[in-house]
Amino acid sequence: MYAQMVRSDAASVRSIEEMEPRERAFQQRIDEGQKIEPKDWMPEGYRRTLIRQISQHAHSEIVGQLPEGNWITRAPTLERKAILLAKVQDEAGHGLYLYCAAETLGISRDEMYDQLHSGRAKYSSIFNYPTLSWADIGCIGWLVDGAAIMNQVPLQRCSYGPYARAMVRICKEESFHQRQGYDILVTMCRKGSDQQRAMVQNALDRWWWPSLMMFGPPDTDSVHSAQSMAWKIKQNSNDELRQKFVDETVPQAKYLGLVIPDPELAWNEERGAHDFGEPDWNEFLAVLNGNGPCNRERLGARRAAWADGAWYREGLMAHAHKRVAGVAAE
Amino acid sequence: MGAPSPDADLQAFLLRMGDSCLILGHRVSEWCGHAPALEDDIAMANVALDLIGHTRLWLELAGEVEGAGRSADDLAFLRDAGGFRNVLLVELPNGDFGNTLMRQFLFDAWHVPKLRGLAASSDVRVAGVAQTAVREANYHLSRSTDLVIRLGDGTAESHGRMQAALDRLWPYTFDLLDVDDGEAALAGVGVVPRAAEVAGAWRDHVETALAEATLVAPADGPEHRGGRPGLHTEHIGYILAEMQFLQRAYPGAVW
Amino acid sequence: MTSEWPLWEVFIRGQHGLSHRHVGSLHAPDAAMAINNARDVYTRRNEGVSIWVVRSSDIAASAPGEKGPLFDPSNSKVYRHPTFYEVPEEAGNM
Repeated sequence: MYAQMVRSDAASVRSIEEMEPRERAFQQRIDEGQKIEPKDWMPEGYRRTLIRQISQHAHSEIVGQLPEGNWITRAPTLERKAILLAKVQDEAGHGLYLYCAAETLGISRDEMYDQLHSGRAKYSSIFNYPTLSWADIGCIGWLVDGAAIMNQVPLQRCSYGPYARAMVRICKEESFHQRQGYDILVTMCRKGSDQQRAMVQNALDRWWWPSLMMFGPPDTDSVHSAQSMAWKIKQNSNDELRQKFVDETVPQAKYLGLVIPDPELAWNEERGAHDFGEPDWNEFLAVLNGNGPCNRERLGARRAAWADGAWYREGLMAHAHKRVAGVAAE
Repeated sequence: MGAPSPDADLQAFLLRMGDSCLILGHRVSEWCGHAPALEDDIAMANVALDLIGHTRLWLELAGEVEGAGRSADDLAFLRDAGGFRNVLLVELPNGDFGNTLMRQFLFDAWHVPKLRGLAASSDVRVAGVAQTAVREANYHLSRSTDLVIRLGDGTAESHGRMQAALDRLWPYTFDLLDVDDGEAALAGVGVVPRAAEVAGAWRDHVETALAEATLVAPADGPEHRGGRPGLHTEHIGYILAEMQFLQRAYPGAVW
Repeated sequence: MTSEWPLWEVFIRGQHGLSHRHVGSLHAPDAAMAINNARDVYTRRNEGVSIWVVRSSDIAASAPGEKGPLFDPSNSKVYRHPTFYEVPEEAGNM
């Protein structure tokens, strides 16, 4: 997902009996469904894990502007251009809400940026793939936003108040994102030419597996989930969400007349779900560790935006100080 | 082609408005994901969205006046540079964020009085579009003016960058304030505001803001003109190559 | 000198005449710019007609430890709630 493989700061989940009283009270509040708020006492591990998860989520939104932003100036109609612009703008807004949520935990946005720019912080693997055609913009909306929504809807109920509230706002705003992507593809596949349909199939071939990787590694390899689930900052397992995603996506692909590039994909009557193949987890790890097709370009663009904008941020701050001094002198 | 008719004058004028919004919207949207602060990414996208919205209204009306069945998209994506009538200022590359803001400020200071005049147009269709657009343009002007003042009177570096931007862009303000015979004729019948009225409002606003920003407009130098008859800077070709690529590569396709 | 813009809390009054409501936060060099930024960030979907901003560091908040002393007393004043009173059926709707 937007936050993949978030390390949680606990060796193993402790039982209620093993906890000291303060921690026990904290866990009980979570178990009762109460929200934890910024000034409440919280275990250091909870705070650090949340900072990692929320900032990773925020970084993903910010870096996520880039692959789609690529196509704003090349959008094929004025309406598509406006829709895409509004959508990418929302990503920036969502990054902003999330950074603010993380800031309530005692870290500044500048510090989080520093972690991103220095490569210490991660962001979703999906944004390190190139957008090569207009059909990619459709596929990102359909698959990438579709996968994101699947993860974000349950996060509206997560235990940390500011994060949950940010997710409520984000989910509300994102409701059009997946639809605009699918709408691009419906137009191309059902009203378009053979050439356009081929363009969409080609895009699906490239985006399918990276989309499945968004949910993170298989549950058997996901060592950090148990604690995060006990803390209710993660609600569903990676495999659960991946299965749900595949089941929802298959009929949508069929409507478009597309072939999902997985020879193992088949309906399993017994399970009432689709069987499907295994993504290439080596590729996933390589991308996550900075060696995907566009990692350097994406991070380079963000670093440049930050460095090139320093004079602007300083100039405005200096002017604001002057105004305060001017008022004080009067 | 016969002699210019009032409709031809009006269509040319509508293209000037629509094309200026389109090209500036294109330039501003290039910042998406690259602005100096997240808050500015969002603000710039709002400006670009407003401009694309204005483009659709102006170009639809231009197509209607032309009466040849061309849609706003046809006009945006299927004309070559010679057919574009935007003001030259908006074609210029973004440069640094200060240059982009200065370009926006000089444009907004023209855009607002222009739209205010158009909102009172004797042509109700024109007045209708202008009344919608001016509300958004008012905000653009207040924001770009505020930022130019703050950055002009910020640090030595921000001042230097804003002054350099002003020096670079100033020659294109002559084209911005120019009107051709067709537009002058439209002003004569109350369809568009008089050139002197718009230029006067522009000068008042720009002079006041620059003084507060501690910036100085260049006293001499080139005076670029030309957007009017379809003469452009070299930049327009690259903008169109990018913007029109899909429509050109897949003629007749629906998107 | 750090150039990080301070954090502001944003309150917006919506179309329907309710009180200003906290909608989130943002960074800005000063109050005037915080209002502009709030307009751009938090009213993208016509959410508001009035904006308040206040520096986050200027907000005084009750400490979580005071939860008991601050909020317990009112729990005992059940007579403040309409359900405390029994209205005779004959009296009709009240």
